[in-house]
Amino acid sequence: MKKDQTIGEVLRERGISRRSFLKFCASTASLMALPPSMIPVIAATLEKARRPSVIWLSFQECTGCTESITRSDSSTLEDLIFNVISLDYHHTLQACAGHFAEHIREQVIKDNAGKYILIVDGSIPVKDGGVYSTIAGMSNEQILKETAAHAAAIVAVGTCSAYGGIPKADPNPTGAVSVSDLIKDKPIVNVPGCPPIPNVITGVLVQFLTFGLPELDALGRPKAFYGQSIHDRCYRRPFYDKGLFADSFDDEGARKGWCLYKLGCKGPTTYNACATEKWNFGTSFPIQAGHPCLGCSEPDFWDAGSFYSALSTPTENIGKTAIYATAGGLLAGAAIGGVLRARKQAAVKAHQRVTIDDLDKES
Amino acid sequence: MSGAAFARGYNALKEQIDAPIAAFLSSCVHCGMCAEACLFFTETGDPQYTPIRKVEPLRRVWEQEYTFWGKLSKALGLSKPLTDQDLTDWETLVYDSCTLCGRCSMVCPVGNDIAYMIRKTREGMAAAGHAPEGLIGATQRAITIGSPMGVKLPALQAQIRHTEKEFDLKIPVDVEGTDYLCMLSSMEIMNFPEYIGSIARIFKQADVSWTLSSEAFEATNSGIQIGVSDIAAQLVQRIVDAAEKLKVKAVISPECGHAYMAIRWEGPNLVGKRFGFKVVHILEVLDELRAQGRLKVADRETRKLTYHDPCQIGRRGGVLEQPRNLINMVAENFVEMPEAGKMNWCCGAGGGVSTNERADALRLKTFARKKSQLDAVNPDALVSACSNCRIHLEEGLEEYHMDIPLLSLTETIADHLSDT
Amino acid sequence: MTDAEFLLWVRGPAFNIALFIMLAGIVVRFMEILLMGRKTNLAEARGSEMAGGLNTIWRRTLPDADTFRRSGFTIIAGNVFHIGLFVVIFLFVPHILVFERLFGVSWAGLPSNIVDATTVVTIVALLAVLVHRVKDPVLRMLSNFSDYLAWLVTILPLITGWLAFNRVGLSGSTLIGLHILSVELLMVLFPFTKLSHAFTLVLARWYNGAIAGYKGVQS
Repeated sequence: MKKDQTIGEVLRERGISRRSFLKFCASTASLMALPPSMIPVIAATLEKARRPSVIWLSFQECTGCTESITRSDSSTLEDLIFNVISLDYHHTLQACAGHFAEHIREQVIKDNAGKYILIVDGSIPVKDGGVYSTIAGMSNEQILKETAAHAAAIVAVGTCSAYGGIPKADPNPTGAVSVSDLIKDKPIVNVPGCPPIPNVITGVLVQFLTFGLPELDALGRPKAFYGQSIHDRCYRRPFYDKGLFADSFDDEGARKGWCLYKLGCKGPTTYNACATEKWNFGTSFPIQAGHPCLGCSEPDFWDAGSFYSALSTPTENIGKTAIYATAGGLLAGAAIGGVLRARKQAAVKAHQRVTIDDLDKES
Repeated sequence: MSGAAFARGYNALKEQIDAPIAAFLSSCVHCGMCAEACLFFTETGDPQYTPIRKVEPLRRVWEQEYTFWGKLSKALGLSKPLTDQDLTDWETLVYDSCTLCGRCSMVCPVGNDIAYMIRKTREGMAAAGHAPEGLIGATQRAITIGSPMGVKLPALQAQIRHTEKEFDLKIPVDVEGTDYLCMLSSMEIMNFPEYIGSIARIFKQADVSWTLSSEAFEATNSGIQIGVSDIAAQLVQRIVDAAEKLKVKAVISPECGHAYMAIRWEGPNLVGKRFGFKVVHILEVLDELRAQGRLKVADRETRKLTYHDPCQIGRRGGVLEQPRNLINMVAENFVEMPEAGKMNWCCGAGGGVSTNERADALRLKTFARKKSQLDAVNPDALVSACSNCRIHLEEGLEEYHMDIPLLSLTETIADHLSDT
Repeated sequence: MTDAEFLLWVRGPAFNIALFIMLAGIVVRFMEILLMGRKTNLAEARGSEMAGGLNTIWRRTLPDADTFRRSGFTIIAGNVFHIGLFVVIFLFVPHILVFERLFGVSWAGLPSNIVDATTVVTIVALLAVLVHRVKDPVLRMLSNFSDYLAWLVTILPLITGWLAFNRVGLSGSTLIGLHILSVELLMVLFPFTKLSHAFTLVLARWYNGAIAGYKGVQS
């Protein structure tokens, strides 16, 4: 595989039919909610695009994001797209190890300075000098900064690299931070999710190759994939509107497939494509399987109260607060009321008898 | 104006505030509905007559003295303390444009008894020297002469002699151990002496044991109207002393609204002890006699009659059914004015307004409300049971060129009794 | 502060603080009133204070015919927004869940889209009430800063709630967070503005009814 081939050349070399390539472009277009007229544009742009070199750095992560991508069957086009980029460094997927592996990373940075794409999964521990996660004697922070310095753009895959994720969960023992917490001078695209939907990861890359840096929301997510909430696209939404809710996981409402809001569903505050794109080749997604959305593509989802307490409910023990408030109110009320009562009694005591001689203003 | 008087008034306001007032003032939402219940607003359209606004001096004292936040904001200079000028500004609102009729207290959606608060506000106003001249004069006469109108015992004795002669009967005076001690208002002695004869005739027919007192015959209480409890108590004490001296079972309040309020409801609280005798309104006595079959009617009134409920007897006093029972006993054609009963509109002269010459023009202006009520039923005669209402109603009818005779309920009963 | 942190803060510490201030404030206000006391009535009673008081507590909710004729707008608009607030606060399922956490009891809610429509009606009624307050000479004279503040903190949760439900403009977390924050503002001011009538009204009506009932009149 030659480095400077275009994607079109690679595809033809590998015998991928134009028909299946267009199908890939069509599904990508629909994923980004683009009109069908954009399919030829995507196809034409992709065909001419150079295969970019990609470095994939894994920090404090569980490999779930990599699992998400690799889980797909090799005959799918999602897999092929990895042939259209040149994935030069990836701990889990690369064959080499040790100094050789690190050498490749350094070589890629040198050869493609300013042109390669950096993908990161996992959060970066910065507490105690970053000792909680090191590779080849370097802290994650050092590796990230060194690699990011010459990258064209960074894609933070998964909630850990995008927002800190589970490693950052309270009390955040390693001082985990997101990529965007450390890197301020590069375009960063966040592709959160725990893990993100495989098609969304590939979709973002296609979008990047086709249209350049995508339009992002306030949390750095491509609007094309994260523009709508789970709640707004949820097939159970009509039940929410009608006020029909499951009260437990095995009640009548749950069996009838009613809304899971009361069971803690985070759909209304979660922006992701699960409800439309679904998982495992469009088979299902958590809500469809009868479980509330955990809100995994949102920052701090692990600390947003119990997964099973409804969004509208307070996260702290308000029953206890109510008791303290009442007790405190009684004490303060007794003190204040006592003072007022004494003031009134003093006024009664200070009463000056009014006689008819006191009535005239002149007197 | 001395600072000492203001301090006395301010302290008086502080003394008046109790749990009901604190609850009322905490609850006001400034909805303005009380304005629509007040004839001073409905007949003038002037927003300053909105009832709740009239208690502003009291409200300020409550807020600044009896609420934590009010005290704090006063200390921080965020709210202005009450001044003597404020009391000057509020004097006409508290005295001239409120008859203490309590209609606002009936409509307030949060349940504020605004009339209760205006009555209390007057305590502070009067103590600070901000009562109207007319009321001050009446109050001084009540204390020094014994009657706000300056009526003395000889005048009463003359009326008694005259009545005894006219109806050929004996009017008991200072008789010990009777059932009832009958009180009068000066107006009944000076303007409507027929009342004394009516009582005497009815009681004779019903064989009621009663007496007048030469030491305490005046039932009205200017102290209540001006808002000085010390003076009001003094006036009530005279009646208590006479009742105790004559060892009567009950004291009868005459056809007068505020007199009933003064003796029946405020009296024991003013003198600070429960009475050893009952206090009843003349209408209560008459209705009881009616129920016992002791009143024999000779002929019934055929004219169309309607009844004006005096506020302090009806809405504020609880005597609502008795006058209706009595009128129906002697009249064939009794009609109710719209909103009669507990929601009746005040004549416009109660609460000391009639004694306050400064308010005369306003008082007559508000009579338009009574006129429209009367126009709705167009009666041949108007019956009431309060001399104060009666004097003002007569004046109003004249002012508005309405030819409707005014009757006292007691006199109407007496006029229709059989002679046996 | 991110959206999520904001939402967490309003659902957590901020809600706790607001709840504490509101409940303690209500208790203090009650005691400020009750400890003022009142003199024993020495006049012989003709009726029952308790019966009169209890009667007026509920009876005052319904105006007499003439008052209705005179103050029709105030009564209708007032009832619409009060009933609307009741429906929106107590019959929206996500809200019932909060009360369930507080009191341990739950009740049936209304379909969300009915609550949504009620919110709009309530907002319209509150706007009408504001216009009335500004235009009517009596109301304009009676009104002060506190009246407008109370109005604002009442309508804000309705507006933010409607926006959050219909997801207009900002992100879901931000909208829900702003909604909860506006409710917390209402909770904090609740005992210390005229909004306190919601609980002192019971006392005011009781005293009014008791004073009348003692004298044998129905108020």
